[in-house]
Amino acid sequence: MIADIITLVWKEWKEIFLQKSNLRGGILSLAIFIGISGIFLPLQAGREWLSSPLGLFIWLWFSVFMVLSMVTDAFAGERERHTLETLLASRLSDQAILLGKIAASVIYGWGMSIASILLGAVTVNIAFREGGFAFYQTQVWLGGVVFSLLGCLLMSTLGVLVSLKAPTARAAYQKLSSILLVLFLVPTLGMNLVPEETQIKIMTYLATVNLAQVMGVAAIVLLVVDVGLFFAARSRFQREKLLLD
Amino acid sequence: MNSIAIHTEQLSRSFGRVQALNGVTLDVPSGIIFGFLGPNGAGKTTTIRLLLGLLAPTSGSATVLGMDTQTHGAEIRQRCGALLEHTGLYERMTAEDNLELYGRIWQIPPAERQARIRSLLESTGLWERRKEPAGQWSRGMKQKLAVARALLHQPQLLFLDEPTSGMDAMAAAALRDELVTLVRQHGVTVFLTTHNMAEAEKVCQQVAVIRQGQVLMVGSPDELRLRKGGQRLEIVGRGFSEQALALLRQRPEVAGVNQVDQHIVIELHGEVDTAPLVQILVAHGVQIDEVRRGKASLEEVFLTLMEEEK
Repeated sequence: MIADIITLVWKEWKEIFLQKSNLRGGILSLAIFIGISGIFLPLQAGREWLSSPLGLFIWLWFSVFMVLSMVTDAFAGERERHTLETLLASRLSDQAILLGKIAASVIYGWGMSIASILLGAVTVNIAFREGGFAFYQTQVWLGGVVFSLLGCLLMSTLGVLVSLKAPTARAAYQKLSSILLVLFLVPTLGMNLVPEETQIKIMTYLATVNLAQVMGVAAIVLLVVDVGLFFAARSRFQREKLLLD
Repeated sequence: MNSIAIHTEQLSRSFGRVQALNGVTLDVPSGIIFGFLGPNGAGKTTTIRLLLGLLAPTSGSATVLGMDTQTHGAEIRQRCGALLEHTGLYERMTAEDNLELYGRIWQIPPAERQARIRSLLESTGLWERRKEPAGQWSRGMKQKLAVARALLHQPQLLFLDEPTSGMDAMAAAALRDELVTLVRQHGVTVFLTTHNMAEAEKVCQQVAVIRQGQVLMVGSPDELRLRKGGQRLEIVGRGFSEQALALLRQRPEVAGVNQVDQHIVIELHGEVDTAPLVQILVAHGVQIDEVRRGKASLEEVFLTLMEEEK
């Protein structure tokens, strides 16, 4: 099973990044992501970058987008290019195919996050040197690692779920982008609709809460949603439906 | 080894109101090339999907290599190779990587995998171009690569859906030879769908003709020709008169007479003595240049069956 998952991860990466025609585009998008979140933003923020929770949102947002571009191709792209049926006719189990597709995109997005977390620390230490090597506050780096993993898992399982049903990779991408926009825009716009007095109350309350506790609760909620989405994708993964849809 | 590689019993499958397969009962012996012949939409691809356990039948049952397709789909796929309707190649990946991927999927040890990939690519004449993305290749080359992929794990049973489609004549002939060798030397069973009747005639020990989801006839190409096409007598000459042809048509051993330019074709009821027929023509002043006995081709049998079922 593990070997099968690794094989699928190898295939996904090979297909997308290591071919000559895609190499330049792949390197460029990685360079932009790592350049912004690992060099440009830390330089702008200075040493505060190591203690500010802003990084959490940046790493989460970027890694989720990296996953989005990859995962929508998972099943819809294979169906579109007529490679899915041959894959389904192989000895691979349903679980291995599903987990392989999810793992490929999660490792990619999460790997990028970790790389930019580490690079951000190096950038700050080089540009704003004060004594020995300074690292992030525990809440920040741990939050970055955990939330980017859970965010990537969320986007990957959601992406697989959408991709299983979508006729083309483009359709899956559009649908998933819309879901993502709703997820991020609704709280932002909703906040604007709330009276100013209430907004101040909310912000005051947020300033007093224990950040570690909030992060813990948020992580548990995300994990539950991820697991739920994974099981939903697993129940929707039926070879017959995949061939006939 | 089980002497029957594939057995189906009243196998049916419908998609909504469309009956794609209707009560198909078949036995495919092990170690032969079995041709599954039918026009587009006859149910050939659905049959392969059912046999690989990718689709569930609406009714009926099937066993492949002794295993039920509904309960042992994974085990069946483990021991079978398949080239389906589409080549299924990853076009952005190189030819070598396409085989490497499936070699890994079939868990072939690395050293053996490399050796088999090399051997298959060399035998198909693709070795020199192994580093090129498959998407840049012609249809025939892709088809060759897809066949190589299906053979990579040395399956016991091979499903090939129109394998020579898009191949040039030499490549198609080489593949046919390869299939015959596989069957003779390794006892592999090949379930082959094709539109190419000449191809089926050359390589298949048994064929089934399917139309609108129903099997019309099963047997060896010779049996089918005997049952449906029968024997024929072709006579080249001059001076065929209507009277002589009418006399021929009255004979009990004659199924039909057709005149085409300078020759006539007499369809016969089985193996009969043809000398009296030639004597009738000579007696009516026909100058005969050549007399040929023959059988209907599989293509003619196929077309006759299709006409009858309309």
